[in-house]
Amino acid sequence: MSTLIAIAVDGIIYASWLFIIATGLTIVYGVMRILNMAHGSLYALGAYAAASLAGAWLQAGYPPMGSYVVLVASALLVGLVVGPLIERGLLRFCYGRDEVVLVLVTYALFLILEDLMKLVWGVEAWFVSEPYGLLGNVEFGPLSYPVYSAVMVVAAVVVGVGLRWGIYGTRQGKLLVAVIHDREVSAALGINVNRIYLVTFALGTTLAALGGALTAPTVSVVPGMGVETIVLAFAVVVIGGLGSMPGAAIGSLIVGLVRSSAVHLLPQVELFSIYLVMALVLAFRPRGLFVAVEARKI
Amino acid sequence: MTAILRTTGLTKTFGAVTAANALDVSVEAGSVVGLIGGNGAGKTTFINLVTGYLKPTSGRVHFDGLDITGQPPRLITRLGLCRSFQIPQVFDSLTAYENLLVGIGIVSMGRKAFIGSALGRQSPETVAEEMLQRFRLGAYRDQLASTLPEGVRKLLDIAMALAVKPRILLLDEPTSGVSADEKFTLMDLVLEAIRAENVTVLFVEHDMEVVRRYVHRILAFYEGRIIADGEPAAVMAHPDVRRYVVGEPVAGGEDAC
Amino acid sequence: MTSSRRTVQGLALALLAAGVAAPFLPRWAGFLVTIAIAKALVALGLLLLMRTGLVSFGQGLYFAIGAYSAGIGADTLKITDAVPMVLLGAFAAGLVALALGTLLARYRTIFFAMLSLAFSMILYGLLVKSSALGSTDGFNVSARTVFGLDPHGPVGRFGVYGLAALVAFLGAVGVDRYLRTHLGRLAPAIKDNELRVEYMGASVRNVVHLHLVMAAVLAGAGGALTALAVGHVDPETAYWTTSGEFVFVAILSGTSSVAAPFAGALILELLRSFAYEHAPNTWQLVMGGVMLSVILFLPEGLWSVFRRRRRSAP
Repeated sequence: MSTLIAIAVDGIIYASWLFIIATGLTIVYGVMRILNMAHGSLYALGAYAAASLAGAWLQAGYPPMGSYVVLVASALLVGLVVGPLIERGLLRFCYGRDEVVLVLVTYALFLILEDLMKLVWGVEAWFVSEPYGLLGNVEFGPLSYPVYSAVMVVAAVVVGVGLRWGIYGTRQGKLLVAVIHDREVSAALGINVNRIYLVTFALGTTLAALGGALTAPTVSVVPGMGVETIVLAFAVVVIGGLGSMPGAAIGSLIVGLVRSSAVHLLPQVELFSIYLVMALVLAFRPRGLFVAVEARKI
Repeated sequence: MTAILRTTGLTKTFGAVTAANALDVSVEAGSVVGLIGGNGAGKTTFINLVTGYLKPTSGRVHFDGLDITGQPPRLITRLGLCRSFQIPQVFDSLTAYENLLVGIGIVSMGRKAFIGSALGRQSPETVAEEMLQRFRLGAYRDQLASTLPEGVRKLLDIAMALAVKPRILLLDEPTSGVSADEKFTLMDLVLEAIRAENVTVLFVEHDMEVVRRYVHRILAFYEGRIIADGEPAAVMAHPDVRRYVVGEPVAGGEDAC
Repeated sequence: MTSSRRTVQGLALALLAAGVAAPFLPRWAGFLVTIAIAKALVALGLLLLMRTGLVSFGQGLYFAIGAYSAGIGADTLKITDAVPMVLLGAFAAGLVALALGTLLARYRTIFFAMLSLAFSMILYGLLVKSSALGSTDGFNVSARTVFGLDPHGPVGRFGVYGLAALVAFLGAVGVDRYLRTHLGRLAPAIKDNELRVEYMGASVRNVVHLHLVMAAVLAGAGGALTALAVGHVDPETAYWTTSGEFVFVAILSGTSSVAAPFAGALILELLRSFAYEHAPNTWQLVMGGVMLSVILFLPEGLWSVFRRRRRSAP
């Protein structure tokens, strides 16, 4: 029984982490039709930024509770600076090209960002573990969890609710949905598609960085930490359906629960169980669980 | 004479929309049939159903007695039923010559699979050159298909459909996108090219002049149904056809067409 | 778009020269050429797939299968000669592609890339957790003879390098010839307009499946050769970044000639060894920058520069 609870709780925590990252990826694809292979690097960038800034904050002796704000602020910083830089400086020259070409462009970007981070932050690990331990632990019967894990879950919920409201409740959000459905018609109707792209990519970057920033206190921040994350994010968005936010949520839950089940019950299959699920979902639902309808070709 | 193409009760629904409604068609070998009707009337849907691109909701399609209902386009083509497309479907990164060579190459690979496969002793390359000449595409031989003018792409599309030696040819708006003075030239060319092989032709056409000139028989479509079927003069005078397809004469007694 | 006979002959000569010169080159150079050839073989398979309109982000799967099969062949089946090891690697990879292709051949564009990536990561996961295969450490591989000849003897010193050159020649000529057959000519047709190909009476799925198997066989051979040259296999061969590297070689080289991947892979390996020595933390930066430049300014790969100059001659 306690194993089941452990699986569920671990699964939800992991799913929350995945959701924050995967949502950014899926929104960028939905609006811009770009499957961003550098998304994992942006996640890592968020982690590094958080480690630096929150680390500096704590070193300077400011109130430790403020470090949580600094974590989020670092993510925002990355999202609002690096995001537009990439979109305006690189991506905008590639719009209209084949989707796979754009994937390759983002793959090249991933290579570049990985080394840039090594140049800026070096190859040694960075740590900023205080925010993690600060909140203490909570007991669930025989199981003990750090309260910090709840931060991840809360963040995921806030992101989910916030996005839902932002996209379906505001005018800007509705423009986003219009562009998701049809770029050309939206442009013809006078929607500033370029601005929407900029906003979307900045949003996606912020979310990836947020995932990284919130993760920073729980791990050692090292080069290459985005490399495994990106394939997990792919699994989630492909399972859920590219461009679908509810899909990202469901996909995160599925992957989270599958992984935690594997970890607790059958550790040998931990790594490949996620990709097996991804392959299985694709086998039966070639476009993921939540898909848009396709128009007639001839 | 048994019909070379016969559909019985052919129906296709997309949710609440009935694109094809119990179509009963019987076409004799060697005839030239025109399919007329407004946009969305069901003409292209009919072609899509017959050639296997769409699976009918109900009804059957028979080709020379053989039930081909629900078969994929690939197999129906091999049996000898081919089509051209409203928007020409060619290989943009290949030259006109290479386009034809691909099609003829497929035929030569499946010699046994193609009924009436008549490449005989000629090499595929020779046949491709010959088709280029027959369709007056020689000048465009080495040009990429993407750079060809629309009318030429149309011709190439039709030529490719013929490359697989069909017994029935379905042409979807062969003269659309072609300038008025070239429409007849194109149709003359196509029908001349297939004259020797007794190919049955059905073509969708909006231009009534073109229809009148070439067909023995007209099928008029409206909202998924066939509202008239017979000789050109009779069909054109049919009240429903006048109302929904051709147009009523202007008050004063003069014919609009 | 297809390579001229002269290019293929040039490639054959280059490979012959590489094979013959191998024993006289310093050990690192011979090793480098072998590794480059092995990678080029995988990229050659990608060339075939890309000409068919597909980009696989999972060729590492077959590369790893080739490498591990060679190793398992040596350990378990007690194979001691390099040639059957390479054959085994290529065959095993082809067999897996035959099975997976039934599913993979139905996918295109991003979904194809993602599904192929998923399969390679599945293998990675299996290999990492497999203690019998050495998990993350992998295990050592070596062959005692090549073509039955002792690698330390006078003729046998050609060793793995010569074998690699031979496989490369066969692979390149094979793919080149294939692309000129009626079946091979369907590749660009499928890439351009699958609907039309189906309407001409050919099965797109079957052709794609065939190409998947062919690319896998090439990748498997490359994997086995790499295992023999390096003397070691590990799960990293199946990781997605390895697959990414193959894609990089294919993009860099371009798909216009079967000789291109070999030139591209060689340049890449030379640059890499240089970069590792002098600037290990900027190697990926350079790679990424080069890749972007190629994608944006030379969409047909570096080879197209070479071709442009030749085209100006009648």
